[in-house]
Parts: sequence; C-alpha cells; structure tokens
Amino acid sequence: MLFKVFPVAELARLHAILAADRIVGPVKKGEDQYGRSLYDFDVVHDFVDLHLDYGQTIHSAKNYFLPYREDLCTFTFQGEGSGDGGDWHKEVDYGVYAPLVLFGLHPCDINALNKLDKVLLGGRYPNPFYGEKRANMFIVGHSCSPQPFCFCKSMGTDSAIRGFDLFLTRMDDLYFAEILSPRAFHLLEQIDCHDPDSSEHRRYMDLMEVRESLFVAHVDTSDLTKILDLEFQAPVWQEWGEKCLSCGTCAQVCPTCYCYGVEERVDMDFTRAYKEKQLYSCNLLDFAAVAGGHNFRPESHTRLKYRYYHKHRGFVEAFEESLCVGCGRCGQSCLARITVPEVIASVRATKPL
Amino acid sequence: MNTNLESVQPVSGEEFEYSYKAEITNVYPLTRMEKLYQIQLVDPMERERFIFRPGQFVMLELPGIGEAPFSITSSPVRHGDLELCIRAVGNMTKFLDRVGRGTRVGISGPFGTHFPVEKMEGEDILLIAGGLGIAPLRSPIHAVLETRSRYGQVDIIYGARRPSELLFGYEYAMWRQFDVGLDIIVDREEPGWQGPVGLITEILKERIAKGQTDRFRERTSAIVCGPPVMFRFVCDLLIAAQVPVEKIFVSLERRMHCGRGKCCRCNIGSTYTCLDGPVFDYWSVLNLKEAI
Repeated sequence: MLFKVFPVAELARLHAILAADRIVGPVKKGEDQYGRSLYDFDVVHDFVDLHLDYGQTIHSAKNYFLPYREDLCTFTFQGEGSGDGGDWHKEVDYGVYAPLVLFGLHPCDINALNKLDKVLLGGRYPNPFYGEKRANMFIVGHSCSPQPFCFCKSMGTDSAIRGFDLFLTRMDDLYFAEILSPRAFHLLEQIDCHDPDSSEHRRYMDLMEVRESLFVAHVDTSDLTKILDLEFQAPVWQEWGEKCLSCGTCAQVCPTCYCYGVEERVDMDFTRAYKEKQLYSCNLLDFAAVAGGHNFRPESHTRLKYRYYHKHRGFVEAFEESLCVGCGRCGQSCLARITVPEVIASVRATKPL
Repeated sequence: MNTNLESVQPVSGEEFEYSYKAEITNVYPLTRMEKLYQIQLVDPMERERFIFRPGQFVMLELPGIGEAPFSITSSPVRHGDLELCIRAVGNMTKFLDRVGRGTRVGISGPFGTHFPVEKMEGEDILLIAGGLGIAPLRSPIHAVLETRSRYGQVDIIYGARRPSELLFGYEYAMWRQFDVGLDIIVDREEPGWQGPVGLITEILKERIAKGQTDRFRERTSAIVCGPPVMFRFVCDLLIAAQVPVEKIFVSLERRMHCGRGKCCRCNIGSTYTCLDGPVFDYWSVLNLKEAI
C-alpha cells in the first residue's frame, strides 16, 4: 500500500476536484434533545457541509448502493393488458447514470460494503443493480473515533484493509492517506502532498494505539456459531422477543441488511407497470409468511432470533465472517433498547436478562 | 489520467432480471381451488433450451400483479412446455384464477435443486405427498415412469383432506399401469369414497410393515412433500424404518421474491431455499434450525 501525507488545508482542494461528480458524505441533520449533533449521509453541496468529525451517522450510506425503493423493471402493455390477447414489453434499467463519490465512510461502513459484495456480487446470479452502483463508486474513507456503542473491534471490522480508493486519518494538522487505487493516486498528484517520513510513521502508529484504547463495547464471538446452535431453544430468546416491537428499525439503519420484498404498481391509465423492490426487515410480521396463511416465523422472538442467526451464524458458515460490522447503529436506534452486545452476552450466559 | 470517474462503467447481469415470455396455452380446473396451467415459452429456441430437473421451480410473473415461485409439475422431457399446478390462495394466484388461455406471462428459471432421480436408478422409490405437495412430486413421478425399468419397486403414497381435493385423479390409472403401488388416503370422507380414511402416516406405516428392513436400509430412496406439519411425522417413520437420512428428499416451501439468492426472504440460517433448495436431503434438514 502507498502512503502520502498532506496538510489539512488541502482537503478543500481534494473535495473541489472530486466535486465534479456527485459527493455523498456525512452532513449535520439536526440535534437531539441534549443538543448533540445528529449526522446522516446525504449529498454534499458545499465543502463546509462535510462533517468528517462525525461520531456515527443515524443511517448507513445504504440508500446509495441499496436504495430503500428501486424499480427493477418496467412493463409496457400493448393491446388489452396482459390477458385477452394483449402483450407486454419488459425493460430493465439499473438506474446508474452518473458516478458517485462516497466521502468519509468509516471502516465499519467500508467493511459492510465488502461483506455485501460477497453475497450480492457472488454466486450464480450477481445483482447488477448493486454491481453497477459499486462499479461507479469512488470511496474516500475516514478514520473514526470509537463511540461507546461501537463493537467493531470484536467483529474484526475496526480497520479497513480494502474496499476503498483513499483512506484518510487526521493527525492534527496533517492527513495521513492510504492509497488503494490508481485513481486515488492520480488524485493526490493534484494536491500538495508528500511521502510520510519516519516521524510521521511514528505519529500515525501512536495515534492508532490511542484509538485502540478507546473501544469500550465488546462482543465475545469465540465459538459463537456453535453456541447459537446449542442455545437455539434458550428461554432468553423469548425474553428478548417480548421486548422487541418488530418495527424493523434495526434493519433500516443497518449497513449490511439487504433483504427485500417486491411489489408491483400500475400506472393510472394501465399502460405501464413497475416492479418495485423495497428493502425489508426480517423482524416484520409477514417476512416469512407464505400464501395460504402459514407463517414460518409468527412470533416476535423467532424473527429476532433469526436476525441474529443470519448475521452471526448463517453468514459465517457461508463466508467465514460475520455479516455484522459492529457499527452499533441498530442498538442506538432500537426503540426497545435492544443491543447486539447485550443479546449475545445473554445467549452466551444462558441466564435470564 | 482523469481523476474523476469519467463515464459510467457498465456491468453485465442480463440473467438477473431476464424472464422468458410465455403464454398460457391451456387451463384445466382440477378441484375447487387448484388449476393446472399449461404454459409455453413463446420463442421456440428458448422453449427447446429450457432444460430443468424434476423438483426445480420457476418464478412466474404477471406484469402489474406480482411474481411468485412455483414448482414445475410437468416432466423434464417437455422442456419449455411447462405445467404448473396452482392453488388460488394469494393475491396473484387469485388473479391467475381468472385469466384464460392466451395470457402472456413471464417465466424465469429454472431455479434450485432437484430430486436426484438419476442417482436413484436401481433402487426402490417411495414418493409421499400430502395435499398440494403432489404438485412438485408429479414431475419426478413422470420422470421415473418414463424410465420405469431402471427402478425397483415404486410406491406413491398420497393424502388429501377430502376426496374432492385429490389432484390429478385422471392420471392414477395410468400411474398404476406402470407397476406403481398407489395408496391414497383422505382425512375426511365424502359420499362415494371407498378408500381409506385417516392420516397419511397410517398408510405409510402399513407400507413400511409390508416392506423389508434391509431393502429400506440399502436400496430405498424417499421423496416427500406436503404441508409443514407433515414432514417431521413422515420422515420420523422413514428413519425408524431405516431409510438413510441422506436418501430422504424433501421439497420445502418458503416465501421468495427473487429466486436468485438475493432477496433473503427464503433464508433458513445460512441456507437459501431458492439456491440450496427447494429440494433438501434430510441430513441437511437436520442441520438447519427451523427448516421443518
């Protein structure tokens, strides 16, 4: 990997060069009742709106690679609709017309993309809707300061070693840049930067050491796949199920929740129909309901449990890593205050809450 | 080199949203609730190249209405001249219930795993279906009957709620002509019914009692499909009769929105019913939580 160092003041120039394309980054959206700033990923129109010092955004940047709503295809009806001798024509549009710059992703969100790549771009049917967005994405990562609810350290996603073009770490008056793509390399040629010297190496390593000590939330993942299998019937699931409101907020804010449902909508004049994909949540009541009324997970606790099994067991079996990146957003947004570290600790302990 | 992203990079993925244009060529009412739909891929080349194995499914798309998975119920030798047996029970199937021949639909697939009838050659086969579970089983039944001499004893055990809900009744005589043991049982009698009344497990027990343990252990494969509650009872009996777990095959139903392992709706633990199923051997089922 190549490293460069540049003065903080150069960041505005870097932004200006990248601003030829649409930039999405952390912007301030408001304040909570304690006066703390709330951030979310949105289009950055002005450099001053880019808040790279954000703790954590409410939502992940998911809407820009897995939109909450997206048309999969359009049907145009010819003649008398699809029946009565009429016909239809199907058109597929992946909906990518311009490249996108994601500016300021933390390591957890970069790792989330790496994990999604495995399932959405792998297998026999790579998803081109996601693939085309990924192929047209320039990612500038930014180091974070661990929040009290972040458990990425336990999930092994506290640093990103791939999945970005450029990764910036703030060292007071300097930015320490990791360069992973030729495009990022040429980008840095256009600003005032230099190779880091040994004292700057030292500064970077010291900074990482400090950051390391700031992680407070932990999840014990050792033997977790087996423990989840052994404790499948543990009563503690039922207790969490009673707390869970089955609202699906956790999936909404999660950077790796990718499941979806499909609904069709028809134009008022019946000339066109659209197949629309909508992101879904496995906690919603009808997630596993089939026609005829059978529901494979009718109780709240079976759905909550399934969510943990998919993230921490199923995905591990398939890809040898957890689908959870430990960003802690689900716990922060949960209306019932259910957090991943607590749920997993309670299952490991198999004792009442 | 331009540092901006330049033009949009295209990716290939034609297969993902591609569906074959197909036409409903015939509709046969089977019972009050179920109809048999004959669906033909419109393009003759696509029709010929549509190769599937018994037990696989397709996604059937009604533009503007919806898309849902259905097991193919016709024989693989018919390629893209498909038959689907569909119960009018959901939004889409109730709409389908009202359309007639000539309707243009979308078909994608075939998807998923199949009943490995090619590996069962030389063996006895027990096919056990409950209710609408006969729909995915009719494809392996036809496949086995078409090459009947390659198999040992073939038995079909089929249970339905009422005699009037029995599917494919017009084919039973033909199945029997191929030296197939066919036992049918219903939960509730109706006037004119002369067969046995009771649960499917009762008739399976009788069939097992007539068989030989070493034959079950060494040269029998079982194919099972029915409502969720049926699997455990039937499979427990088969295991007790010493049919090896890896030679019991079940076809599972799950909600699906893509059929391609991406929507995650059919997920059971680490397993996608659309890719790793719908046909699972019972060994895999035992390793999956909440599969049945």
